[in-house]
Amino acid sequence: MRRTFTNFGLEESLIFQKSSPGKSAYSLPGLDVEDTPIEEILDPDDVRSEVSGFPEVSEVELISHYTRMSTWNYHVDLGMYPLGSCTMKYNPKLNERVARLPGIALTHPLLDEELCQGNLEILFRLQEFLEQLTGMDGVCLQPCGGAQGELAGILMVRAYHVQQGRPRRYVLIPDSAHGTNPASALMAGYEVISIPSDGEGRIDVQVLAEKMTKDVACLMLTNPNTMGIFESHIEEISQIVHDRGGLIYMDGANFNALMGYARPGDMGIDVLHLNLHKTFSTPHGGGGPGSGPVACKEILVPYLPTPNVNQVGDAYRLSSDESHSIGRLHAFYGNFGMVVRALCYILTCGGEGLKELSEVAVLNANYIRSRLEDHFHLPYSTPTLHEVVFSDALQNKRGVTTLDIAKRLIDYGFHPPTIYFPLIVRGALMIEPTESYSKEELDSFVDAMIAISQESLEDSEKVTGAPTGAKLTRLDEVQAARHPVLRWSPDEDTAT
Amino acid sequence: MRYLSITPEEKKRMLEVTGVDRVEELFDTIPKSVRLTSPLNIPQPASEIEVLKYFQGLAEKNVSTDRFDSFLGAGTYNHFIPTIIDSVISRAEFYTCYTPYQPELSQGTLQAIFEFQTLICQLTDMEVANASLYDGSSALAEAVLMAVRLTKRSRLVVPESLHPNYRKVMETYVANLDVQLSDLHLMDAGRVDLDHLEKTLKDDCAAVVVQSPNFFGVIEEIREVTRLCRRAGALSIVVVTEAISMGLLKPPGELDADIVVGEGQSFGIPVGFGGPNLGFFATRDRYKRQMPGRVVGQTVDSQGQRGFVLTLATREQHIRREKATSNICTNQGLCALMCAVFLSTLGKQGIRELAEQNLKKAFYLRKQLGDRLVFSGNTFNEMVVRCDRDPTEINRQLLTEGIVGGLPLGRYFPDRSDQMLLCVTEQNDPKKIQRLAEILTRVEVAS
Repeated sequence: MRRTFTNFGLEESLIFQKSSPGKSAYSLPGLDVEDTPIEEILDPDDVRSEVSGFPEVSEVELISHYTRMSTWNYHVDLGMYPLGSCTMKYNPKLNERVARLPGIALTHPLLDEELCQGNLEILFRLQEFLEQLTGMDGVCLQPCGGAQGELAGILMVRAYHVQQGRPRRYVLIPDSAHGTNPASALMAGYEVISIPSDGEGRIDVQVLAEKMTKDVACLMLTNPNTMGIFESHIEEISQIVHDRGGLIYMDGANFNALMGYARPGDMGIDVLHLNLHKTFSTPHGGGGPGSGPVACKEILVPYLPTPNVNQVGDAYRLSSDESHSIGRLHAFYGNFGMVVRALCYILTCGGEGLKELSEVAVLNANYIRSRLEDHFHLPYSTPTLHEVVFSDALQNKRGVTTLDIAKRLIDYGFHPPTIYFPLIVRGALMIEPTESYSKEELDSFVDAMIAISQESLEDSEKVTGAPTGAKLTRLDEVQAARHPVLRWSPDEDTAT
Repeated sequence: MRYLSITPEEKKRMLEVTGVDRVEELFDTIPKSVRLTSPLNIPQPASEIEVLKYFQGLAEKNVSTDRFDSFLGAGTYNHFIPTIIDSVISRAEFYTCYTPYQPELSQGTLQAIFEFQTLICQLTDMEVANASLYDGSSALAEAVLMAVRLTKRSRLVVPESLHPNYRKVMETYVANLDVQLSDLHLMDAGRVDLDHLEKTLKDDCAAVVVQSPNFFGVIEEIREVTRLCRRAGALSIVVVTEAISMGLLKPPGELDADIVVGEGQSFGIPVGFGGPNLGFFATRDRYKRQMPGRVVGQTVDSQGQRGFVLTLATREQHIRREKATSNICTNQGLCALMCAVFLSTLGKQGIRELAEQNLKKAFYLRKQLGDRLVFSGNTFNEMVVRCDRDPTEINRQLLTEGIVGGLPLGRYFPDRSDQMLLCVTEQNDPKKIQRLAEILTRVEVAS
């Protein structure tokens, strides 16, 4: 069993509370041009007074401020972070080094094409690799996250149908899908029809066939789905949707299970997004920046967002044909820094390496599943790929919930899995170990889960009172939402 | 494979526990007919040395600001980045963690974002701010969607002086909604024509978008714009792409703006070929439940200790699905952290001094350009100059002297093909500024 201990953690107030006039952490050179008084340059009415409340601290205080705060975070480099669907894999250090090369990081996005050929090559090569991996014909790297990739994809679907005569009205979405799917469909002007899952945790093909009319623009499918289950009826699904003139969008959040084994382009998918911050190891950064490239088949290529990069002879050029494109999604080329990291990762792993990563990710998840299935309720017995969803049904008999189990894992030194998602499983515990961690780490996690299950039966207060080993005990989220305090202000200060 | 931690022996034991002989069997649910039968056409794995060399070679094919003096701005600005920033964000505790869904294990990230939200409020003089959005352009798109939701009106008034790429992104977002756009002219000063605005503002107007300093560098009369909006019942959305300007210019909140959005790249984020950037979003307290994106709030734990959580989640897609205020899931967390460290480093004095240096160095160029300036309105650190020759040609000449010139405006505005948008920051060498001015003002002798 993993041993944890209370680290040397320090309390730290807000930066605003550490401020005192006269301190500073910056240094600027003296003004090296003629010093014209501001009132000769600007209308005094346009000039502000000082930025009230801005902190004044020394560099040393600032560093300890952030260093102390950093110790309150759990992170991938510390240990297994089995957050299902989020793919918290190792973020290679080489990626970080490469992305910081001055010749890459210090380039302006509006440079003439001749002056940024290196960057355009980076974009172009990643476009090509992603086409190869997915079996698609075109890629745009502009979307900044999965949700924006989805929006791009659905807008492309819409543009395609408009070209065919009418946009159609509905988008079909399985009830196990990520919440971003219906939200993105709505932003593209569609109404959502939810398709239930069958007894195996897959989309109910019969209901799909009933709902798939000529008013349906597309089906949004996550494959493998959020249960970690491959939609084995994919060819039948493809036929049903395409026969009635619809398209299939694939949420590629779980693509890390498929590399080298299967390609969406070979299974009837028309358009999909990938998450570079999941499958391709770019860091999650505490919530971003991510990157959500969109890839599509030939029929949708004209609608891809612009600009994209083409190779013309020996040179790389930005595409300028906007005639059918859905337009821009970013002021420049999206989260380019993430593109650099993802390309670095692909080159490091190579084609065979990527396949092995998928294999180990799937093996790890199945190993955990096998070791835990006697201790936790498995709502679907269907084989799973890179992740597995349990529920709290067994522990719940003793009043222990998924939330309790999650919080108790913290005391055992692990980040909890994704909880209460997918919505089709009551009290879901969605575990995705990724390929990164050692068997020892996986075993410690399993042992911790089993220990918690035991505690639930024998000593449930240990579980329901968790966590006790973190900086704070459970936080009052209801109060946060009912009486929102979204910023510090001197008069509302209730600091410790 | 150095990113894997399992030995072949362990793999065998794990397969046994799993009950299969070969790992391939775990993929049996994928029908044979859709399996990939050939290997991926992706090269063999490359070593660390090889990968690094490859990227160093690519870096040499770029023109970067560590080797050239650059006068390109237009939404991405070449400011100095204090060393402390990379030191903080390189801590794995910050960059390898996820969205803080489990607050007990994420207080570092949560407090940092709470401080970021506060700093943005202080700078814009607004009441609430979110945890950041992808970039300035999508922040504008989200602001526009929010204005349409709030007012239940459908017309948006957009001036020519809005960053053209921001306009395009906004158009992508509203393309399939019942929304109409009305254009707004500029006066000779380079500012929005207020008479035209007054005539355009009807009771179907959801919002007026105004960028200040605008795309041409000119400072807009925001107070007049917000006054006209107020009268017409439309919301005012102020866009700021050069965020350093807020260290010196009157904040939009003080000028009665309803929503302030913009790009925070100037605050410690490398120009980075345009991304990742940082969209910020601030608004009035009364609109907080209609805000898009993640928000961090203060609360207490069961022992009464102060702590922070993601809050107002009932606006969001993972709870509300198609009824959410936005489809947004990720923010630009690490960029928000960079911004927070940057603003805390500069502090009250530093942000002012930095803004003043930008203003005065840009004014130094402005004075030398004299009557070649296209607009008479006051500017912060960007300006438009009229050229005698093709701006691209001028840029080619500048490059031979180690200077990256401005943005040829013909790229976005065909009727401005003789104009160039220039930006001066604290990073520009006065000698290069002078040289730039000489080349730009030299009268070409007809040969």
